[in-house]
Amino acid sequence: MSEPTAVPHFDPGTAPATRLADGEWHRLHPATPLLRGGIAFLAIIGFVIANLRETLVNLLVGGPGRANGYDGDPFAVLIQHQLLPLAIGVLALGLILFTLGFYVAWRMRTFRITDQVVEVRSGVLFRTNRKGRLDRIQGINIVRPLLARLVGAARLEIDVAGQDGNVQLDYLSSSMADDLRRDILLLASGTRAREAVVPGAGANTAAQATSRVGDFVSARASDLLAPELEPGLAHPDSVVRMHVGRLLGSTILHDRTVIFLAVLIGAGVAFATTRQPYALFGLVPFFLGLGGVIVRRFTKSLRYSIAATPDGVRIGYGLLSTSNETLPPGRIHSVEVFQPILWRFAGWWEVRVNRATRQGRQGANGQQNTTILPVGNQDDVMAVLALLLPDLTDERSLALLRHGINRDRGDEYVTSPPRAAVIRWFSWRRNGFASAPGAVLFRKGAIWRTLVIAPEARVQSVAIYQGPLLRVLRLATLTLHTVAGPITARLGAVDRDAALQFFGTVAAGVVASSRSDRSHRWRQGEAPA
Amino acid sequence: MTDRLELPGTTWRRVSPKYIVVDVVGSIISGIMATAVTSLPAYFSHVAWLWILPAVVAVISIITIAFVPRRVKSIGYQLREDDFIFRRGLMFQRFVAVPYGRMQLVDINRGPLARALGLSELKFVTAAASSGVVLPGLVHEDAEELRDRLVELAESRRAGL
Repeated sequence: MSEPTAVPHFDPGTAPATRLADGEWHRLHPATPLLRGGIAFLAIIGFVIANLRETLVNLLVGGPGRANGYDGDPFAVLIQHQLLPLAIGVLALGLILFTLGFYVAWRMRTFRITDQVVEVRSGVLFRTNRKGRLDRIQGINIVRPLLARLVGAARLEIDVAGQDGNVQLDYLSSSMADDLRRDILLLASGTRAREAVVPGAGANTAAQATSRVGDFVSARASDLLAPELEPGLAHPDSVVRMHVGRLLGSTILHDRTVIFLAVLIGAGVAFATTRQPYALFGLVPFFLGLGGVIVRRFTKSLRYSIAATPDGVRIGYGLLSTSNETLPPGRIHSVEVFQPILWRFAGWWEVRVNRATRQGRQGANGQQNTTILPVGNQDDVMAVLALLLPDLTDERSLALLRHGINRDRGDEYVTSPPRAAVIRWFSWRRNGFASAPGAVLFRKGAIWRTLVIAPEARVQSVAIYQGPLLRVLRLATLTLHTVAGPITARLGAVDRDAALQFFGTVAAGVVASSRSDRSHRWRQGEAPA
Repeated sequence: MTDRLELPGTTWRRVSPKYIVVDVVGSIISGIMATAVTSLPAYFSHVAWLWILPAVVAVISIITIAFVPRRVKSIGYQLREDDFIFRRGLMFQRFVAVPYGRMQLVDINRGPLARALGLSELKFVTAAASSGVVLPGLVHEDAEELRDRLVELAESRRAGL
């Protein structure tokens, strides 16, 4: 395979690879308007061609169509009334105006990346300007919808902390997006190695330009067939991949699927006995919604991979439309290892995280960017946790994590006292907390087993709560407040004295950890290469 | 009641006793409204036993109002070395510790009645929506002073998210 695009090698070097991150204004990929309005554009063209086809065939072959006169076909009508030249003129004018509009919009849409911010400005009549601070970057996502993949373009989404806080650079050329991401992360990491562009990189782009046209098709083909995670990008030991059989099994055994099938069977039985189809209409949205979730989870996870790169954890998804996201260190606010009840027999787990960025519009395939590992066995989970929480890799922490997943007699967790069985019928033996260096672990649930890990440096506040029932039982509830997400770090039914003591420890630990935490500038102090 | 949560070694600063008036008035208004709304079914349907509903609501409201002074006294806060600690509640006790570096902003709110009595309410916002630390019933000057102090502390201990 002759790959004209520069394949990034596993190189934690600090030299910028593109000219784009030089603080000047740059434009996006010329095909941007087409890709952004891509589907609509194709649909319109398809509609026109579908209408035109019969008429054209008839015109050329001289079939019976012309004699039929008015049959609802707009083109036939136009021909009949001698309006064809006018129609073509209007169409051409519209096309020119459209193209001009797109061109101006493209001209006006520029971005720049300085060592403090990434900034996008756009708009002709209504100007928008969006700035994101580099030290608030929560992750950089490269999304390649199918259409964009075919022409070798990619969308770069820079997630900044906050609701809907992302800066989008759509679209860039595919290889440029990868390089630019590395450069942005480099700037955000705190190394101030702002050298001039390395000569090698310059030569590379020149070579790219000359051989471009000839190899374009083969390059696109190889891009489509290439493995999701390019070899050489990440350390091979750190890579976790998805097995298709396991994905299939986990999808079938998931609680969601069981509910879906149960309702489906229930609806079928109800229909068979009553012969009343009207009642079933109410369930259509349910089937579409839940079915969609199940199918999407399956298709997007087919080519899942997670790996450690020098600038954070890289998570890749997607079969036709792909997306891969790099989470810089210290952007994970809490981690949850969860097991739906039917997965117990297979020993599978799911890993989710809370992040400081909430997207109203989800990424490619409507994916939730909070699921880090869709399904994996215990080894996979431990590997993923080691990537997400690199501080928890000493012997004791690893034991805590293992015991957090599978309880062991006499492990270090402080569990609920037997009197908690009143409110935690099955799980009181498992329900417990532990503290590792720089993190708090909550283990809970006997049926739906869960382990929540909250890095102390990211905890916003700590709370302890006691209602009347808990007071009678001499119990209390502990809560760690983190940014909003699918995970709530709350542990109920803890012994009152243990909880009070732990509250004090965690409150002090949070202060100490956030003071010593430097992960928002994770490479600061490193000597620039 | 020895089983109540208590943090050893903390001396709580309490809010102004005048806040009891604000809370009582607020509770009376909401109690009357709740009673009125729940008595609508009985009033319109003329079913005698439906009057139990507003009666229960009224009794609960009166009990709630009776406990207002103690509940207000249970609100406490303390500025520790590195974090702000807050408590409230009698039956439903809640303690929250917020490190200064986590405070994103501090709000001062004043309702009409509280303003007449010279009181303010301080609200702390962190990156977590669930922190929910609202400190009512501070004398206005104290509230402003506390806000300035907290902002200053937050600035000196600024951390990432």
